[in-house]
Amino acid sequence: MTLDELVSKAGGGEAEVEAIPFPSLDVLHKACGSIPRTRDMTAGLERLFLDVKDPIKVVLDPLTQPLSWALRNAIETMQSLPWWAAIIILVLIAQLAGRRVGVTLFVLASFLGLAFIDHFAYAMQTLAIILVCTLICVLIGVPIGIAMSRSNVLERWLTPMLDMLQTLPTFVYLIPLIFLFSVTEPKLYGIAIILYAIVPAIRLTNLGIRLVDADVLEAADAFGMTSRQKLLRVQLPLALPNIMAGINQTIMLSLSMVVIASLVSAPGLGTLVLRGINKLELGVGLVAGLGIVILAIVLDRVSRAALQRVNKMHQPGA
Amino acid sequence: MTDSFISIRNLYKIFGPNSSAMISRAKSGMHKADMLKEFGHVLGLRNINIEIKKGEITVIMGLSGSGKSTLIRHLNRLIDPTSGEVIVNGTDILKLDRLQLLQLRRTQMSMVFQKFALLPHETVLTNAGMPCSVRGDDRRVIDKSAREWLHRVGLSGAEALYPHQLSGGMQQRVGLARALTSNSELMLMDEAYSALDPLIRSSMQDLLLELQEDLQKTIVFITHDLDEALKIADHLVILKDGEIVQQGEPQHILLNPADPYIEDFVSDINRARVLRVRSVMTETISGSTDLELLDGDENLEAAILRSKGEAGKTFAVHTAGQQVGTLKMTDVLKALVPAARRSNPSNAE
Ligand SMILES: Nc1ncnc2c1ncn2[C@@H]1O[C@H](COP(=O)(O)OP(=O)(O)OP(=O)(O)O)[C@@H](O)[C@H]1O
Ligand SMILES: [Mg+2]
Repeated sequence: MTLDELVSKAGGGEAEVEAIPFPSLDVLHKACGSIPRTRDMTAGLERLFLDVKDPIKVVLDPLTQPLSWALRNAIETMQSLPWWAAIIILVLIAQLAGRRVGVTLFVLASFLGLAFIDHFAYAMQTLAIILVCTLICVLIGVPIGIAMSRSNVLERWLTPMLDMLQTLPTFVYLIPLIFLFSVTEPKLYGIAIILYAIVPAIRLTNLGIRLVDADVLEAADAFGMTSRQKLLRVQLPLALPNIMAGINQTIMLSLSMVVIASLVSAPGLGTLVLRGINKLELGVGLVAGLGIVILAIVLDRVSRAALQRVNKMHQPGA
Repeated sequence: MTDSFISIRNLYKIFGPNSSAMISRAKSGMHKADMLKEFGHVLGLRNINIEIKKGEITVIMGLSGSGKSTLIRHLNRLIDPTSGEVIVNGTDILKLDRLQLLQLRRTQMSMVFQKFALLPHETVLTNAGMPCSVRGDDRRVIDKSAREWLHRVGLSGAEALYPHQLSGGMQQRVGLARALTSNSELMLMDEAYSALDPLIRSSMQDLLLELQEDLQKTIVFITHDLDEALKIADHLVILKDGEIVQQGEPQHILLNPADPYIEDFVSDINRARVLRVRSVMTETISGSTDLELLDGDENLEAAILRSKGEAGKTFAVHTAGQQVGTLKMTDVLKALVPAARRSNPSNAE
């Protein structure tokens, strides 16, 4: 049966041009019952998903269990610290990473401010999630980036996947994850954040290593470095500015995702924003939003200061 | 030849997807331009045969794109040949497996690069010690020898600096120290001085000659600068479009250029300053003792100066206290004009 015949059967002849309906699944179904409707298709997809869910869970559950554990512990630890200890530790980290007095003072002021408006505990929850997720992104993303820099085939395959991860609207991630894991488990939002935020860590590690000066690599070869020595002594150090730029982006993406992840029970400032939306508590939402902005600036400034420090070591002219 | 440290035999290198199929065409006489035009393959090197002697400086010279870098990279197998043999110190390096090759690069050879190629995040001291730390030598031993060599190249006190804090000339001194620290017999230098300005370059050439007097390394030096080549070469190889046009003692090449290309190449050189008395003299030893003495290693400029403008003068040429020949000023004057113009005066502008 040709398409034309189908269309004419479905009603409407050649004469009434405007009345020809678009041959969508639903329209075609009316003409021929064996063609599925759109809602059959979505239902089928759902069934398929439910069918593969259990086998996938068998594999994924034990693999991701440490993530739940790490998130729970990080959040608990952060909250069990007395406020002054937490602030001292954070300020120390900021100083060690950035070595810029201005940035460190800004960090101190920000946390004191958050504490003053009673948002400190929420901010600590958010921060704990970001730290854990960023750490995992680096631990997984950098090796993937290294592998990608060494194989053009892998790069060709991974690039569209990374593109997809970055362009998918953030809510869409949550859909398959909600199917797979229960909403009470921290790993649900942990995975969502990591999938979203890991992309720049992978990309910029790959890019950084590919951009390493070919002359220096040749020197490394000429003096008989093994590929391991080359990686540790030449490629990673020379790619470090790019890798750090990737980590900076990873941190910022984690923050934006952790807010959305409050939809699936991620604790922290995001829950306040959500409350503001759900219960129309405008003030609560706005102040929590402000807290997120402050946190964003703190994270960005500190990681940028660290990046600049690395850059300076490499090429002081720039 | 027994004192040959490296033998390059019938070496061919063709760049392109189907190089092995092209090799027979190259062997049956196809040249670079034709192969590129007809088959889209780059004939990098064609039938290269060089014996590199132990303790000598072999200079490979040619214009940009003539295949100099390609050739020197065959010596440490950064590039694999399409066909041919490279024998280093008795071993055919094309038969080495990966580990043996690493070992060869770590212990037998070092390299100095045009763009220095230092590790930007490591100090001068660590950079200079790099060949040893790659081998896994003891930290203290490495630092000690790195310090020593940095001192030899005139960089004492700069150990804790980073490469970017040094000028180009100083960076290349680090590059040189790095090569020396490896303590290997063979030193490969790919246009090592081309990025330096003339004065620095000249002082680096002097430094190399001075070091060479003590160390007697086997050095392969690449340059596109004839003055540089003539200054340091014991053996000169001239490359054009991937082929050797002439090789031999530099003085010999200057006096007997093999073809118009080389004549052209050497025509702008200050011959009085480059040519040595011993290459121009006649080997007749006259018994008369009233001749003025002249050292065979002096250049013709010195001879002209000594003659005080007297065109009929004759010198007795001595080397190491022994008379080796006589030098007539008329021969000096002849040698100052390139052979091509001598035989065909109408060509001279
Ligand atoms: N990987 C490669 N693939 C294709 N062609 C190459 C490759 N490497 C070198 N060539 C070609 O081989 C020829 C010789 O190049 P090479 O770099 O050895 O020249 P060179 O004499 O060192 O020149 P320069 O003075 O500019 O450094 C050139 O025509 C170049 O285009
Ligand atoms: Mg070159």
